[in-house]
Parts: sequence; structure tokens; C-alpha cells
Amino acid sequence: MVAFWILSPIMVIAALGILFARKAVHAALLLAVVMICLALLYAVQEAPFLFVVQIIVYTGAILMLFLFVLMLVGVDASDSIVETIKGQRLMAIVAGVFLGLLLVVGVGQVSLGSAAGLRAANRGGNVQGLAQLLFSRYIFAFEATSALLITAAIGAMVLAHRERLSPKLTQADRAAQRMRDYASHGVHPGPLPSPGVYARHNAVDTPALLPDGSPADISVSRVLTIRGTTRSTPADVDLLTGEIGDGTSNLPISGSGPRGGIDGDPSERTPHGEDRTARHAHEHGEEA
Amino acid sequence: MSGSPFLILSALLFTIGCVGVLTRRNAIVVFMCVELMLNASNLALVTFARVNGNLDGQVAAFFVMVVAAAEVVVGLAIIMTIFRTRRSASVDDASLLKY
Repeated sequence: MVAFWILSPIMVIAALGILFARKAVHAALLLAVVMICLALLYAVQEAPFLFVVQIIVYTGAILMLFLFVLMLVGVDASDSIVETIKGQRLMAIVAGVFLGLLLVVGVGQVSLGSAAGLRAANRGGNVQGLAQLLFSRYIFAFEATSALLITAAIGAMVLAHRERLSPKLTQADRAAQRMRDYASHGVHPGPLPSPGVYARHNAVDTPALLPDGSPADISVSRVLTIRGTTRSTPADVDLLTGEIGDGTSNLPISGSGPRGGIDGDPSERTPHGEDRTARHAHEHGEEA
Repeated sequence: MSGSPFLILSALLFTIGCVGVLTRRNAIVVFMCVELMLNASNLALVTFARVNGNLDGQVAAFFVMVVAAAEVVVGLAIIMTIFRTRRSASVDDASLLKY
């Protein structure tokens, strides 16, 4: 009974967390908590076989399947707040509270008496007892289960299979397409510029600078732009690029490597103004 | 130890799962709440098995687990297919039959 009073608050809190978790991944992990606690409650209630099956099948297989699908669908797929039916959320909560009251009061009224316990039924071993029932009284249900599993496996394969509607593009096709684009509307045929390759900020989220000093937006990965984590061109670069044209930049570049302070030896740094800019560059490099 | 506290816990979990199905919009979270309801009923079945002193309830819980596994596989495949065509996992977006 101690196990029950420890586990049941954890389970109820975790289950409520599923209701309120904003991200689906958090809901999945909270569901894992509930399921492991349930497995322990099965162990308490003299069901060792179901304890193991609950952990292996539910927590191990089903929840992993959930997590894989979440990964495919997109971890950030969070709930929309918009209500399509007016007041539906409130009504659902009220109905839920009433259902809970009804169930709890109803179950509370029933007196189950003292539990008979499974000592007699489990005498030959819990697994053996279950097997005896499965292969005698429930044999037809068991056979139907096998048909169900095969149907489910084939159904999942059919649903997840995707017909290829157009032929696969080879490398030669892509090259020819690039040249056609270049000929028809002048799309640059070469590779895209790489991000942030200049002395101070070579992080992947910083756009590269064009020769006239303006940032090249296509140099940053599309994914970063969609996530909104792209950094704008830093202010001191604007300062620098203003003077790039005539080659009179007064900001010194510290370090001895080809990328200035970023891959230069930090011990060679001079203690004055260069140190600040070099540290700045380090910070930006490490955040990438 | 009487079985009533287990049944009340099971009823609470079932209610929480039910409210989750009604309120959440993400199809995967709705699915998780369905799983929570199935698990709650399993807890009740195991409790009844112990109260009655035979293993039939545990066999029923075992069957529920098998059916739930099959259901999850097909359901997640359907969610994947809908996501692939409509780029959304929200249950509100799959409303083409309405119009």
C-alpha cells in the first residue's frame, strides 16, 4: 500500500502534465512516467508478467514509436490555441469534471470487500497460469490477435509507403536544370556562398558580406531563417565595411592565422584594443 | 488491501485522458491521451483480477495491450500520412469532408 500512495500522486500529476504540456515531446515523456508507475503498480498487484510487458511493450516500443513520429512530424509542432467550436474547451473541462465525479463517487460506493489475492492462482507461477488460460479458454481470442497484428503491420506498411510520382532526378539532370535556369532567368549556377566568412564573425547564423558590404541572405541556411535564429550583421562589421572599399580599416585584426583572431594562438594576443575584438570573435565562433 | 483506491486512481486517469482527448489539438497528443485511457482501464482490470482471485482480468489486460499496440501502429501511420499531405498534425485541419 505504501507503493500505491507514493506512486499515485506522481501518476496523477504526470497525467495532468500531459494535459498542460505545450510541447508534444514533454507530453510523451510524462506519459512514459505514468506508464512506468503503472508497471510498478502491476508488480504490486501480483502481476509480474504484465509488469514486464508494460515496460517492454508500452514504454519500450509504443512510446518510442510516438517519439519517432514526433521526430518526423517536427518536434516543434505545438498546439494551436484557436478554438474551432466556441466554448468547446470549457465545455470539455466541465464534462470531464462531471465524468470524474461520477466515476469516483460510483466506484467509491461499491464495496469490493477484502481482496481474495492471487496467491492460489499464481501458485504454479504467474506466467504459467496466464499461459494456461490463454491457450485454453481464450485460444480463439489469442488466434484472432495474431490476425490483428499481421493486419496492423501490413496496414502500417501500406499507409507509410509512398508512390514515386515523378522519376528520380540524377546529378546530371540537376546540373542541366541549373544551366537551363541560368540561361532562361539568370539564376546563379554555382554553389551558394558560405555564411559569415570574414575575420570576426564566421558563425553559420551570420550572413556573409557581399563586396559592397551588404549581407548576402542566401548564404545562411534556410532552416535557420525559418527558425528565426539568424543573426543580423554585427555593428562593428558595418563600421569595418564602411572602410573596406578604400582599404583603410583602422580596426586591427589580431592573431596570426588566416582568419585573424579566431584560429590564432590566444597567448599571442596583445593586451590592448585587439584583445576585445578577438574575444568578441571567439564568442561568436563558439556560439555557432 | 482493498481494491477501491486502485479503482479510484484508474477512474482519475481515465478522466484526465478523456479531457485530454477533448481539449488538445495536436493529433499525436490526442493519441497519447487515448493510450492513457487504455492504461487506466488496464489498471482496473488488474485490480479486479486480484480482488477476484483469478487471472482472467490479467489476460484481458494483456489483450488490451496487444490491441493497443496494433492501434498505435496504424494510428501513427495515418497521422504520418495526413501530415505528409497536409503538412499539419492538428486535428482541426483534417476537415475536408465538412465542405
